[in-house]
Amino acid sequence: MNRRSTRLVALGLSAGLAAVALAGCAPSSGDGEGDGVTLTWWHNATSGPLPAVWEEVANEFEEAHPGVTVEQTGYQNEELQRTLIPNALASGDAPDLFQVWPGGELRDQVENGYLMPLDDAIPDTISSVGATVNPWQVDGKTYGIPFTFGIEGFWYNTEQFAQAGIDAPPTTLDELVDDVAKLRAAGFTPIAVGAGDKWPAAHWWYQFALHSCSPETIQTAVDEYDFSDDCWVDAGDQLEEFLGINPFQEGFLGTPAQQGAGSSAGLVANGQASMELMGHWNAGTIGGLTADQQVPGFLGWFPFPGIPGSAGDPTAALGGGDGFGCSKDAPPECAELLAYIMSEDVQKRFAASGSGIPTVPSATDSLEDENLKAVAVGLGEASFVQLWLDTAFGTTVGNAMNEGIVNLFGGAGTPEDIVKAMQDAAATL
Amino acid sequence: MTTLLKPAGPAVSAGPAPTPTPRRRSARSRKRAEIALFVGPALILFLGFVILPVILAAVYSFYNLPQAFQWDDLADPARFIGLQNYVRALNDPVFLGAVGHNFFILGASLLIQGPIAIGVALLLNRRIRGRAALRLLIFVPYVLAEVIAGLSWKLLLQPTGGVNALLESLGLGALQQNWLADPEIALWTMFFILTWKYVGFAILLMLAGLQGVPEELAEAASIDGASWWQVQRHITIPLLGPTIRIWAFLSIIGSLQLFDMVWVTTRGGPLNATQTMATYMVEKGQFGGQPGYGSAIAVILFLISLVIALVYQRFALRRDLAGAVTRGVR
Repeated sequence: MNRRSTRLVALGLSAGLAAVALAGCAPSSGDGEGDGVTLTWWHNATSGPLPAVWEEVANEFEEAHPGVTVEQTGYQNEELQRTLIPNALASGDAPDLFQVWPGGELRDQVENGYLMPLDDAIPDTISSVGATVNPWQVDGKTYGIPFTFGIEGFWYNTEQFAQAGIDAPPTTLDELVDDVAKLRAAGFTPIAVGAGDKWPAAHWWYQFALHSCSPETIQTAVDEYDFSDDCWVDAGDQLEEFLGINPFQEGFLGTPAQQGAGSSAGLVANGQASMELMGHWNAGTIGGLTADQQVPGFLGWFPFPGIPGSAGDPTAALGGGDGFGCSKDAPPECAELLAYIMSEDVQKRFAASGSGIPTVPSATDSLEDENLKAVAVGLGEASFVQLWLDTAFGTTVGNAMNEGIVNLFGGAGTPEDIVKAMQDAAATL
Repeated sequence: MTTLLKPAGPAVSAGPAPTPTPRRRSARSRKRAEIALFVGPALILFLGFVILPVILAAVYSFYNLPQAFQWDDLADPARFIGLQNYVRALNDPVFLGAVGHNFFILGASLLIQGPIAIGVALLLNRRIRGRAALRLLIFVPYVLAEVIAGLSWKLLLQPTGGVNALLESLGLGALQQNWLADPEIALWTMFFILTWKYVGFAILLMLAGLQGVPEELAEAASIDGASWWQVQRHITIPLLGPTIRIWAFLSIIGSLQLFDMVWVTTRGGPLNATQTMATYMVEKGQFGGQPGYGSAIAVILFLISLVIALVYQRFALRRDLAGAVTRGVR
């Protein structure tokens, strides 16, 4: 019982967590402390301040749980999502704790019985994030818990906006169109888009879809792959019209999104483009692409403007988050570690590090970065947050959709083609 | 071991015996054991890592599989869709485009890289100042890792990258292009990068081939009054034939299976303008959540490569390989 008492002492460090973690570990105390448990933890933190936070968390958890070793490794996000985790799960040799993406992928993994339901092990942790956990639930059971969640918006160069004579960020699509013209007239590249990576271009269409389709229509599409509503074609029509004003940089079809000075984030970071539509993580990405590795002082954020008269929810936002879940065969300590990651203390440190917006509401106050604060406010004001559509629809439909959208960007496809590609892909499921 | 080897000695001297004797048979079984011993491990590796995956891919290609499929999915009759993946591939404009791109690269390699390589090799085969340094320089791109070379070109060829900046500073701003971002020219840019990368290897092969061309022939010809050009045209290049045919074979196979350089620089984009069979296979099979369709593309790629390789061997390489296969020499 020595193990338990050490645990208690250590757990006292993180108030509010003790009860949860203890409840989770009680059955495991019979394992005997001699054996030693090794938890493997795969996450997507490879740059910025986050890897250090996770390493610290792993060390603290090891200290608080003698006999437990945490082997944490960060991998590049797409590599982790598309290759490493699917292969590890399929081969039956999965890591214990790992990044779990909500939506179509989660449904597949649950269907194959790869994931551990967490509701009985750490119910308090689950309830601590409120409705944000919903995308990580399948049939009422929770298979992952998000540690960060944010919405998409425009990251913009406040100085260039001022120089172009724009007083306030646009609140309607028409204002955005006007601002694009003003920026062009002032000699700036209005918007950067990383269409070479496909999804950043696709997000433009998602935004138009979100504003032309009602939340119910989107939900039906996610559940039944029913894209028959005209709003899906409307989204493409609106995007096509927007593309007509030529708002993007030269050669956007070959521009990557996040890597290198020539990427869309790099163009914004170095003042070569005035704004970029991108997720909540972009401040960190932009900061990493400047000469001094600091988030530039000119960076500002505003949400995607509303489209008056459209069927969609005007204050709806598009967003996503990162969450962790445990594999089916993981030892009980896995859920404990997850509970520790989600504890208020760790969430506050996560927020303070500027890595993203925490999901535990009380930790939001610890945000120091002005831009992340702005995103958090935007998130709070959104009446409805839709998960990234490619994530929500799953790989097969999502991939076909993104491809169709990029074709529209390149003038090689029509709004109808996008919907048809989605329907065709859904038919192969 | 020793028991196997013991009867071996006398077996040789028993050679003239007209009918199989027990000794002869044991010699034969010894030979078989030898073959099994030497070929076995390689055969197992070949079966396990080449033949088996090919068969598995062929099996998968008849199914409609989810991204992370399991063996159960293969037992599910609803997932067996026969030849539908193949029908789809043959009607898929992106895939047909990818096949076209492979053959474009193939043709351009043979027609453009070949003459460049032969020309430079002939030049470097003469005694000129700085020959060793030139040979080294030409071979450097081939030695560079594919990913490093690809990333470097990707950065240089960005709209705001080094190549356009150089053109600008040379007063050739009008020639600036979105090299890898413009679907109209991306494939040509890709071919340029590939040429830069692989022509050094071709030149090296040709230079090696030139060493096998006896100087006496050229000497005799020039005594007879042949010009340098005539010597090259009628003596050197015909004698370089075997080397050229081998190089062409390698180039054809490389063009058909082209993957890494494309993946690193454009990943098949923009708008699939540089998509090849191999990149499309990975795009669909690995990242598009359709392993069945990806496998069908893999099988088609395999069949195209196999047919071309066999035809080429049968007709172009026959003389070069004559003896090599039957007698195991050379």
